[in-house]
Amino acid sequence: MSDFQIVVLWSDILVWLLLAAGIGLGLLISRSPPLLAAWRRVGASRPGMASATVLLAFVLVGLLDSLHYRPALESQPGEQTQYAIEVLSVLDALVGPLRTENEKTYSSPLATHLHAKETTEVPGVGTVREFPRLKFGGVHLDDPAQRGGDVAMTALRAVGLAALVWLALAALVAARCGGWAAVWRGRTRFAWNAVLATLGAMLLVLLPVFLLAGDYHVFGTDKVGQDVLYQILKSVRTALIIGLVTTLVMLPLAVVLGIVAGYFRGWVDDLIQYLYTVLNSIPGVLLIAAAVLMMQVVIDTHPEWFATAAERADLRLLALCFILGITSWTGLCRLLRGETLKLRELEYIQAAQAFGVSNWRIILRHILPNLMHIVIIALVMDFSGLVLAEAVLSYVGIGVDPTMTSFGTMINNARMELGREPVVWWSLAAAFSAMFILVLAANLFADAVRDAFDPRAA
Amino acid sequence: MLAYIFRRLLYALPILIGVNLITFALFFIVNTPDDMARMQLGVKRVTPEAIEKWKLDRGYDKPLFVNAAAGGVGTLTDTIFFEKSVRMFVGDFGRADDGRDIAREIKARMWPSLAIALPTFILGLFVTVSLALLLAFFRATALDFWGVVLCVALMSISGLFYIIGGQYLIAKVWKLVPISGFGDGLDAWRFLILPVFIGVVSGIGSSTRWYRTIFLEEVSKDYVRTARAKGLAETVVFFRHILRNAMIPILTGVVVVIPLLFMGSLLTESFFGIPGLGSYTIDAINAQDFAVVRSMVFIGSVLYIVGLILTDISYTLVDPRIRFS
Repeated sequence: MSDFQIVVLWSDILVWLLLAAGIGLGLLISRSPPLLAAWRRVGASRPGMASATVLLAFVLVGLLDSLHYRPALESQPGEQTQYAIEVLSVLDALVGPLRTENEKTYSSPLATHLHAKETTEVPGVGTVREFPRLKFGGVHLDDPAQRGGDVAMTALRAVGLAALVWLALAALVAARCGGWAAVWRGRTRFAWNAVLATLGAMLLVLLPVFLLAGDYHVFGTDKVGQDVLYQILKSVRTALIIGLVTTLVMLPLAVVLGIVAGYFRGWVDDLIQYLYTVLNSIPGVLLIAAAVLMMQVVIDTHPEWFATAAERADLRLLALCFILGITSWTGLCRLLRGETLKLRELEYIQAAQAFGVSNWRIILRHILPNLMHIVIIALVMDFSGLVLAEAVLSYVGIGVDPTMTSFGTMINNARMELGREPVVWWSLAAAFSAMFILVLAANLFADAVRDAFDPRAA
Repeated sequence: MLAYIFRRLLYALPILIGVNLITFALFFIVNTPDDMARMQLGVKRVTPEAIEKWKLDRGYDKPLFVNAAAGGVGTLTDTIFFEKSVRMFVGDFGRADDGRDIAREIKARMWPSLAIALPTFILGLFVTVSLALLLAFFRATALDFWGVVLCVALMSISGLFYIIGGQYLIAKVWKLVPISGFGDGLDAWRFLILPVFIGVVSGIGSSTRWYRTIFLEEVSKDYVRTARAKGLAETVVFFRHILRNAMIPILTGVVVVIPLLFMGSLLTESFFGIPGLGSYTIDAINAQDFAVVRSMVFIGSVLYIVGLILTDISYTLVDPRIRFS
């Protein structure tokens, strides 16, 4: 019997499909000279490549977190293997102790003691009120006073390691791209200096964090004693799915309806315009709220559909993406309709019509490729907004399932903590910082892409 | 002009009917009233009698579209569709789950919402347009570059952070204003300062950047070169020519939200305990009060359509080239 059973969640399928689609799109682009030239411009943009490096790190975490399995429970020989009800991912296996080493309740970053005093019974002394030692954070220290030195030593080791790794990477790049000077002065066609600088900064921050995470809770623990760093890592996948799968829903609707409305005009155009005006006139949050409320009713009245809690949370996440997609395609659709209206009057389209080329062929061969830059710009621009929206929606109570870790649920769970004495700030700070880095990188990347693709900007 | 407005209102009617049908389908066809009752009463300990009573209390016990039993006009009017959806057009929203009249509640709660949203909107517009003018004036300098960088950073911060952080720092640590609450009449200003301030700051990033692009687009146009060639000072060019011409794209985005100010802001109102429509909506979402959410969706769309009409009218005020037709 195997040690684990592979679980394929619907969102996992979509994540890997998205990856495949991305690679496929890359191959298509490499055959189209204008798009390739535009991507080369993105590659030459230093802010663009620096942010792409950060985004890639997030995507890597998200992909690792999208391979799920159920570990086998211990069983007697001869018995049939039972699998745990809990669904884990490869990321969980990699970070191991982060997931399992839970404290009793709050502890501050790198702490050795709990955040609050507790009454304990000490034999011979009576009841004492003190800060109890943590079960896992800093247990390898005999004396908590050694913590400062220990943390500094580990951090120093990590920095040394980071420097070594970075030098190796830099040497590799320099060897391939014509020497150090060319790379640093920015004389390479690809912005290697930005990538290397970002990688250096990331290594300097991340390596110490992960080395320390073996012995401490680097970002502290939350109310139920779970490691905040672990929650951050798990939130990344949720944020990426919301940002990417939503566009997957929105894109076909916007592209097909927009082009059809603009190309065929007449009653088709009227109908599609009516559809998006109606949808557009309902304030976004309210439409999402109404749809999510109704989805909750469906999920709650059909508990038999879901084998595990993870599956239910997963389906709810996808339903949320679907709802967000339905409510956000109107803007892009209107843009594409307008552009198609302009394109169809151009001479080369009229020539194609005169030659008797069929309408669908004209749309596929002549109109769609000329709209690609708008689609790509809209895709990257929407991502950051969706990540931010997830946090707000989860706060309002119409976001992802409360059992699913996301930036929104982290903030929602932590929102009363600033009112505590002494104040508990690390959960909120960690969630907001991680979200800020992700969204900032997405925004910078989107700007680079827009600058490269927008014909008006050139 | 009156004829124009009247025609626009007529155009708005089919859109409102569409919104109405969508909400009706969402609330009554995707789930049956029985499902909703089961959800609200708790899935486990639910009896058929409890469901019937829940439906009777809310008037959900009627047929969806056609009530053959009622006879006469009642065949069409004594139904869920007529009672719950059609009557919204005359401002009858029915009762919330706590038994209060929703229309009355909305009338009372829109003023606190407006007290926050209107100052935030006006101040925010003034601040962001001024900042954008500043950046556009010093375009392609270090000030412009770092200003844009700052804008991108500001717009990457979650709106929740502005509220949570601002409330913690200003109200809790510095104790400059009350943490939350609302007062009657003029006394309310103490409670309003912080939410308005936070609302303005949280909008700076994206709006400033957006207006800056609009200004920069105008800067490169021919009439600006002509104005400079005439020997006009750069400040005159900016305030007399560019600002006025940039008003058209700015108005497109701005006027449409003015009617929606009545709806208030979900987040701000719930964090600061302001008894407006935003917190009303949030409470309804959390309590799964379907009637209230349905009414808010309808009112939101009405206000949005009014905003679209106002936008068209405002064009004619700032741009003499556009006339009603």
